[in-house]
Amino acid sequence: MYQGVIISGFGGQGIISAGILLAYSGMVEGKYVTFFPAYGAEMRGGTANCSVVVSSEEVASPVVAHPDTLIVMNEPSLLRFEPSVKSGGLLLLNSSLVSAKPKRDDAETVFIPANSIAEKIGTIKVANMVMLGAFAKKTGAINIDSIIKTLPKVYTKAKEDMLKKNEEALRKGMEV
Amino acid sequence: MNEKILMKGNEALAEGAVRAGCRFFSGYPITPQNEIPEYMSWRLPEVGGTFIQAESEVSAINMLFGASACGIRVMTSSSGPGISLKQEGISYISGAELPIFYADIMRGGPGLGNIAPAQGDYFQATRGGGHGDYRVIVFAPNSVSEMGNFPKICYELADKYRVPTMVLADGLLGQMMEPIVYNFEPVDPKDLPEKDYTLGCAEGRERRVIRSYDLRPGYLEKNTLRLGEKFKKIEENEVRYEKINLEGADIVIVAFGTASRVCKSAIPLGKEDGIKIGLLRPITLWPFPMKVLNQIADKVENILVVEMNIGQMVEDVKLAVEGKAKVHFYGRPSGGIPTTEEIFEQVKKILKR
Repeated sequence: MYQGVIISGFGGQGIISAGILLAYSGMVEGKYVTFFPAYGAEMRGGTANCSVVVSSEEVASPVVAHPDTLIVMNEPSLLRFEPSVKSGGLLLLNSSLVSAKPKRDDAETVFIPANSIAEKIGTIKVANMVMLGAFAKKTGAINIDSIIKTLPKVYTKAKEDMLKKNEEALRKGMEV
Repeated sequence: MNEKILMKGNEALAEGAVRAGCRFFSGYPITPQNEIPEYMSWRLPEVGGTFIQAESEVSAINMLFGASACGIRVMTSSSGPGISLKQEGISYISGAELPIFYADIMRGGPGLGNIAPAQGDYFQATRGGGHGDYRVIVFAPNSVSEMGNFPKICYELADKYRVPTMVLADGLLGQMMEPIVYNFEPVDPKDLPEKDYTLGCAEGRERRVIRSYDLRPGYLEKNTLRLGEKFKKIEENEVRYEKINLEGADIVIVAFGTASRVCKSAIPLGKEDGIKIGLLRPITLWPFPMKVLNQIADKVENILVVEMNIGQMVEDVKLAVEGKAKVHFYGRPSGGIPTTEEIFEQVKKILKR
């Protein structure tokens, strides 16, 4: 099993923390994992992206040139990363913020109104968890319980209430 | 025992140094190593250590000089441009025979270059940009786990031989997160053996002088010859490397750090095509694994050196094999990261397959 994932969106959408959470959960499951953020001139409101690999084998490079799954949180990310998705790969699209339609017909696309779902839960901050829940469901690369168990390890300063909302968002994501 | 945690390479390195007994850090910011001083700025005070953000790299390295002279386990870190500025101090510290530990988290160069991962500082690290006859023990980790566990070995060797030791890693190793288990228990500096050359409270003992010069005719030559003997001993005893799949290999790849990980992933591709790819990964870049490479060259016709630069370690490989095997080179500098497929293409080209 090998899953190369790119998560991309605006700075502030929880792109990096979703990536760390995914890698951490994979580690909890005893898998080989790497997480690699785009680094340097990043800022809030700018673009943010990261690569995560979850694998049953040792990971050679943490750089994901051709993702098996692309998680797109905003429109610029679709334009930038869509061409790189592996043929037969998966595109998870935050349709609350992305109006453009993907051009790739050799990859499966799932439209997820992550911001709307998150808003109903009570905060758009958990839109990233909706996407991660959908990822867990669609790929089977990671067990949702591992992610939920890992939440407090990554969000070390989060209050109980916020952890609950994250968990709810993950479960809602599983339903899409 | 220590638990498995997910950590960023830079932070694993900083934590590893603290656990190995580091109690003084002075540095100056530069990407892609900023997490190291950031981590040290809160972590060192926790253990009673001192963190100083210096006004420049030059002052940072000279603060290290002073702190090491007082017997403390010390550390600094930078990326290539900052290490350039520190080389003068490293030369002085080598002349004074003081143990220090530092890290270069490489970016693209030359000049200000860029902040992408690269391996262009191989010459700078293994040859020293500083002046005079000196050597630095250079460790090249290829995982977050090694980033965290190598500082302890570096401190031990630095103390044993009274030389600077360093970790040479690229921005990718610094920035990536991976699971790590620290394979040693934290070192309490109080438990370390006392050094008989350090400065500090001199009451009731002869005065000690630490300096890197000797102007008396003939004396410095003798001293430098003694240093040469010491370096020879390091070359005999401290070479480290990893051998993978070498037995009966059709071709042997030599690569360090990030490049070695990618090369390792080409081995299964070769297997599918009936090509046995061996890999030699130097873990110490100085002392370089000369002997083992020379032996490999007796058995294999082609050696491929893969680096994230335009060809630096390849010179050491050529020196090592003494013309007994053909040495090929493939490089991706200044932010280029070779892919598994690229490496395998090179292998096939060389073997005409």
